[in-house]
Amino acid sequence: MAAVFTPGLKVTEHTIVLKDRRLPLEGEVLVRAGDLVKAEDIVARTELPGKVYPINVANQLSVDPGRLRDFMKVDVGTPVAVGQQLAETAGFLGFFKSESVAPVAGKIESVSTVTGQVIIQAEPIPVQIDAYINGRVVEVIPGEGCLVQANATMVQGIFGLGGEVKAPLVMGVDSPAEVLTADRLAPDMAGKIVVGGCYVPLAALWRAVELGVAGVVTGGFDYDEIKELLGYEVGVAITGGEQLGLTLIVTEGFGEIAMAPATHALLRKSAGRRASINGATQIRAGVIRPEVVVTFDDEAVPAEKYIPPEPQGLKPGDLVRGIRTPYFGRIGRVVDLPAQPAVLETESKARIMEIEFADSTRALLPRSNVESIEQ
Amino acid sequence: MSDQRPEKANRPLRSVLATDCGSTTTKAILIEKVGDTYRQTWRGEAPTTVEAPFEDVTRGVLNAAQEVAELSGRKLLTDDGAGILTPEIDPHTGVDAYISTSSAGGGLQLVVGGVVRSMTAESAMRAALGAGAIVMDTFSSNDKRRPHEQIERIRQLRPDMILLAGGVDGGTRKHVVALAERIRAARPRTRLGGGFDLPIIFAGNKSVRENIHDLLDDISDLSVVDNIRPTMETENLGPARDKIHDLFMEHVMAQAPGYSKLMGWTDAPIMPTPGAVGLIMQTIARQRGINVLGVDIGGATTDVFSVFEGIFNRTVSANLGMSYSVSNVLAEAGLPQILRWVPFDIDEKMLRNRIGNKMIRPTTIPQTLEELKIEQAIAREALRLAFIQHKEFAVGLRGVQKQRTIADAFRQGGDDTLVQMLDLDLMVGSGGVLSHAPRRVQSMRMMIDAFAPEGVTELAVDSIFMMPHLGVLSTVNELAATQVFERDCLIYLGTCIAPAGVTRPGKPVLRVQLRLPDGTGVDETLDSMTLWHLPLDHDSSVDAVLTPLQGTLDVGEGPGKPREVSLRGGVVGLVFDTRGRPIVLPDDHSARVTLLRKWVSALGEYPDAGVN
Repeated sequence: MAAVFTPGLKVTEHTIVLKDRRLPLEGEVLVRAGDLVKAEDIVARTELPGKVYPINVANQLSVDPGRLRDFMKVDVGTPVAVGQQLAETAGFLGFFKSESVAPVAGKIESVSTVTGQVIIQAEPIPVQIDAYINGRVVEVIPGEGCLVQANATMVQGIFGLGGEVKAPLVMGVDSPAEVLTADRLAPDMAGKIVVGGCYVPLAALWRAVELGVAGVVTGGFDYDEIKELLGYEVGVAITGGEQLGLTLIVTEGFGEIAMAPATHALLRKSAGRRASINGATQIRAGVIRPEVVVTFDDEAVPAEKYIPPEPQGLKPGDLVRGIRTPYFGRIGRVVDLPAQPAVLETESKARIMEIEFADSTRALLPRSNVESIEQ
Repeated sequence: MSDQRPEKANRPLRSVLATDCGSTTTKAILIEKVGDTYRQTWRGEAPTTVEAPFEDVTRGVLNAAQEVAELSGRKLLTDDGAGILTPEIDPHTGVDAYISTSSAGGGLQLVVGGVVRSMTAESAMRAALGAGAIVMDTFSSNDKRRPHEQIERIRQLRPDMILLAGGVDGGTRKHVVALAERIRAARPRTRLGGGFDLPIIFAGNKSVRENIHDLLDDISDLSVVDNIRPTMETENLGPARDKIHDLFMEHVMAQAPGYSKLMGWTDAPIMPTPGAVGLIMQTIARQRGINVLGVDIGGATTDVFSVFEGIFNRTVSANLGMSYSVSNVLAEAGLPQILRWVPFDIDEKMLRNRIGNKMIRPTTIPQTLEELKIEQAIAREALRLAFIQHKEFAVGLRGVQKQRTIADAFRQGGDDTLVQMLDLDLMVGSGGVLSHAPRRVQSMRMMIDAFAPEGVTELAVDSIFMMPHLGVLSTVNELAATQVFERDCLIYLGTCIAPAGVTRPGKPVLRVQLRLPDGTGVDETLDSMTLWHLPLDHDSSVDAVLTPLQGTLDVGEGPGKPREVSLRGGVVGLVFDTRGRPIVLPDDHSARVTLLRKWVSALGEYPDAGVN
């Protein structure tokens, strides 16, 4: 059986980033292959069908559904305004008429003589997507969107909340082991992405929202505080649509865990530059990681679509992170990858690797409890 | 599966290659006739290749088959390596049949609808689940959502198909048509896209078929089958289930990458994995004339299957699992419920963070004993919650007037559930946390704690998750499927003996008189809140007299009555459980931990005997 590792997380100063910018429904693509685009440029737009409102007009008129068409004042396909009359009975000698009016503006979709329902489709909702990063359009997917490519610094997190944000990076702490407390946040951080260290307490996040901070990047966060933050628990890791007022990106995991020094150093180096970040996370098939992308904004972006090399298995010397107790969050380098499985303390047999941590201590970890830091 | 399946083709087979294409791994097993019996002989696996960069499921199938070929020394691939070699030419070349199941790409996802939630909508759900589907949503006239909310929901979901029931034949027309109008208004699209119309199956009131055609023909690929609920008193799931399987093959599979090719290779239709598991459960229950309960606990979902009195039910707890969904177990059960099974002290915030970290790094495994015990505590709660959902769903038909007897008033497990634990004969567990627990006794404890079996119940685990392969094999050769199931698939853990009913604390609960295989006798009186373990091989059984010592307790013969029974052993043996039902642990923390450690020690569950 092929060796299977937990996919690594990218922490790379120079890489080519390719972003897929697609509409949720077929629409119009506004750019051409080869165009240079800015992050805010609209690259595609469409219209989502408006909401659909069924109204039981036969009930409102107290008539048999089979005779509903006799009372309709508007035909299928006709636009209607709010309050416009849809149907009316003749009444008795012109008195005691019953009527039904449109509760929303839209178009008459159907009239049912079985159920007595009239369905109104509301106005379509315009949707547009931007380029998200500064870069070059390397491919247009007709009717759907495009691929935008850029030279960039890229940091992937493990979990995030909130959607896409573009703003300058600013350091909130000096070292990866420091806590980003509320008193570290200042009014001049409004509209910026603040880089923390090992942990951000809930009070600091609330303070950040209050100040209008655009995003927070941190090593750790408490799992139970997600509920405080969102008002509900995140039971499966599919996120990105939260309306928090900011985007949160966690690089290491839940708890108080120092941000990997390489990650912190890279973000520090990028401080002052504008980043595109997205908290969207999906752990299941079709994995999506939260990310920080800082483009170099040069014109030397390859015009050809970049095809990343196939991921390689880990080898001695590679930088890795322990991702389960008792080595959770510890960073080290691979020393050995024994072929034979070993018996763990639990009495389970598993394939293992030997890691040397920064303090020169060594330990054996199950391979599945290790994640590579792809540099 | 039809309830009236065509007679099984019992083709003479010498060898079969079976694969199960899962979301991440494709598992292949080789079944060969050894002497007069079919045995599972070799297995191999390879990563599933449905997604980019391969986008061809057959690559993973060929890789897994090649691993089996290398291990077994039997040539399984064609000369160009691009197909499975059938039929068998000689004992070292080819196989007589190749079959497969699939849950790759998220399995089969359905939206179902019916007029009344607890009647036709529930029947539609039962048909969909029985066919091996995940039910994304169930809509009905009385589901408390307003029509436009239902339309919006149907539009957002992108199912593989919709099953619409509603109305008994000759019954309501208006409500059924209203549901179809909502589907039309939503203009639902298929999950896999590709310009195909969404398959919709109508299995409702036959008198509105014309209206249904008028509404749905031009926006979908509409199929009409016999009413799922032709009368209040009858349920006819077969035609809808069969149509789901046909459409699964024709639409869902045909559009998934590489499946058209795979369908050309197989000697029986590719089945959704859970559908195949359900089939083997039903086969075993029917052949042995027993009641069976099965569970498959995965990373994202937990499936529960039951066959009681010949009635099959399956439920999927879509958000109860041990990795992707582990935080949902925490959310649904609550931390105190998980902690009650942990035999040591742990900081609550730390535990929550650990569970969160497992959710975001789902492939990690426990490295320490403490982690293993926490994981097994979570598994108990995931299983318990999934089982509650199953019992609520596995009920007789609602809406039917019933005459009740006084005996019904004393039944356990909900007022109308079919799952009566005192009648259960065999419980089968599968899924990583049960199948791969370092000690088998840990699996047995997890299942006993979570399902609380009553009376006398045999327990087993699926050794290498072979049940899907055997389910589809049963459609080709039932004998082969059942022989392999008995000999190679199941690992019998042993038998749990547990008096049903609430026990009085500190008092004797059960007298156990046994005649052991070596002729010696055992006469033991067990106090309440005791777990007593007696090793007994799988090939052995003992004659037992079980006498409840409290008048309300029942071991299967009625309250207070003794029972003479033969008890079968297993790799663990016999476990006598006098904790009463339901199992209630002490509220006092130190009393609870002391008790947990006593049980861990009595069963020899962990190498540290629960001292940690």
